[in-house]
Amino acid sequence: MPDPSSIRSGEQATAFAAPPDRPAISVRRLLRTNAFRLAALYFALFATSALGLLVFIYFSVAGFIEVQTEATLDADLTGLAEQYEQRGIAGLVQIIGERSRGERNDETLYLITDPLSRKLAGNLSVWPKAETIRPGWIRFPVETKRGTLTETHPAIGNTFVLPGGFRLLVGRDLRDAAAFRSRITQTLTWAAIATLGLGIVGGFLMTRNMLRRVETVNRTSARIIHGDLGQRVPLNGSGDEFDQLAGNLNLMLDQIERLMAGMRQVTDNIAHDLRTPLARLRARLEVTLLEKPDAERYGEALTETIAEADQLLVTFNALLSIAEAEAGSRRDTMAVVDLGEIAASVAELYEPVADEKGLILAVSTGQGVKVRGDRHLLSQAIANLLDNAMKYTPQGSVTLSTSQQGETARLEVADSGPGIPAERREAVFDRFVRLEGSRSTPGNGLGLSLVRAVAKLHGGAVWAEGNDPGLRVVFTLPAAAA
Amino acid sequence: MKVLVIEDDRQAAAYLVKGLGESGYVVDHAAEGRDGLFMATSGTYDAMIVDRMLPGMDGLSLIAALRAAEIRTPVLILSALGAVDDRVKGLRAGGDDYLVKPFAFTELLARLEALLRRGGAQATTTKLRVADLEMDLLARTVRRGAQAIDLLPREFTLLEYLMRHADQVVTRTMLLENVWDYHFDPQTNVIDVHISRLRQKIDKGFARPLLHTIRGAGYSLRGAA
Repeated sequence: MPDPSSIRSGEQATAFAAPPDRPAISVRRLLRTNAFRLAALYFALFATSALGLLVFIYFSVAGFIEVQTEATLDADLTGLAEQYEQRGIAGLVQIIGERSRGERNDETLYLITDPLSRKLAGNLSVWPKAETIRPGWIRFPVETKRGTLTETHPAIGNTFVLPGGFRLLVGRDLRDAAAFRSRITQTLTWAAIATLGLGIVGGFLMTRNMLRRVETVNRTSARIIHGDLGQRVPLNGSGDEFDQLAGNLNLMLDQIERLMAGMRQVTDNIAHDLRTPLARLRARLEVTLLEKPDAERYGEALTETIAEADQLLVTFNALLSIAEAEAGSRRDTMAVVDLGEIAASVAELYEPVADEKGLILAVSTGQGVKVRGDRHLLSQAIANLLDNAMKYTPQGSVTLSTSQQGETARLEVADSGPGIPAERREAVFDRFVRLEGSRSTPGNGLGLSLVRAVAKLHGGAVWAEGNDPGLRVVFTLPAAAA
Repeated sequence: MKVLVIEDDRQAAAYLVKGLGESGYVVDHAAEGRDGLFMATSGTYDAMIVDRMLPGMDGLSLIAALRAAEIRTPVLILSALGAVDDRVKGLRAGGDDYLVKPFAFTELLARLEALLRRGGAQATTTKLRVADLEMDLLARTVRRGAQAIDLLPREFTLLEYLMRHADQVVTRTMLLENVWDYHFDPQTNVIDVHISRLRQKIDKGFARPLLHTIRGAGYSLRGAA
């Protein structure tokens, strides 16, 4: 049945689809896309974790330098403490004097003062103004002359008060450490900038690439919606998910196109095949009207017309059944059925007909030949086969048998009639084909067409072969698992 | 007998009203689903003929609404949808019979009559009787007068259907649908052959034939002379 709503929904669909020749992805469109949002979210996550990692690196490296410095100072102090124990304050002053002689190149700072805060030895001139960072530990600025320039940089030191009011400071110039630290900061900053930049560019490129492929699919579907069913989504041959999607879409489109072509064919056939009898019917009425008005003649003509209309309806119904079977719309009503049982039941319907014609109808239906199918359509197909066989067999017998051979269920209707010449055996399955000599028998030439359509619907086949003498029609279906 | 016709197509409705009127029915007509439902719930009808596609309220919803309101008037559905599952849907909605358009008026009359006569004796009977023909449904035996008649299972079912619809016209399609459960037109008139076989068994050798052919319509098993 033509459903007007389906046509309307088609129009709606075109309203939502992008026009077929829209230029490539615009920035605003890019911002709206899901892919872009996903990329942005991913980028934010990526940036946060990358920055977190860099900060962690910075702190752990900086902390390591500090620990290293303190360890060196500790070692130094241990050495000095031993000297002090062995040689007292004088020994200590001497050692410090030795160690702080010359250039202050090893960055170790010493200062020992007497109780009056006068310098006894060391490479610092005065006790520095310092902030205490923890007991014994101080942080202070030192000045270094380098040529004419005086640089100030931070230093760290450990202080002790020795018995007698002497004070000792062992420290370390943090100039190199600071330089290292700033170098790290710089490096890490550049790394962060590079990472974020790459992330943005990569994300953008990836999104755009993905969008472009989605866009290809979109553009093709839009063209199809606008009526060009021949369009196909191009494949890029990579075999990735997008290619698979495109391939599946194309297969789906092929199937739709095939079905539509089939439908068109059927509609054309119906239009063509009904036009002839309708024209005949109309002509009869017209001719009757031209004749002298006569109630009896009119009644006769009306009766004939009704009979013709009935015949037309039979043809129409047959065509509709074929179309329905060919369109495959009945597939959802299929169930596992016993082919032998269906055949036996149809045979029972036809048995008196055979009897009346003096034919022997032999039925041998194997038990348990199960197929997946539509009982009504299968019954009708078998009825048509029996009908045909009996119609064209003047005497002798008609044999109906079902069997199963491996995966195939097989139904045969054989007769002892005149048969069909080998070269015409395929043609009888076409619509409205009636062989010479059969025109005098009633029928519309659609019986076997329906049988073929039913066979196709069930994934089977039907063909005619010689029975010597007579004809054998073989109908095969895939057997259902018992 | 009062019949309500709910059909939106003017010509089809006029044809039904006229034809049914000439066949002796009192006919009311509604052209729209809601009007039809209103008339069906307020009037007392013996049967209804309902088109499946109606403006206002479609035929199946109308029938479902009637059945929900406990109105058991027999309903014959008319439809242009002829597939087997369309028929099943129609009957499931509460319809009692289903006729595909276009149809012969004789077919409609026969089915309407079958609906009107239904219900009465059928549920618990174990014996059917038409004139001197007697059927025992439990023993599955048939006799006419003193003579026992041997029937094949399908012939028995066929005769049972005819006896349940005695004195009515039964069409070939009705027999094919109800006795064989087939919903297609066989190219050869197989039903005629079955009937003539049955006739051989129940009428041969008796003075008065029971099984009559009604030209252009079907068959009728007649008890009254």
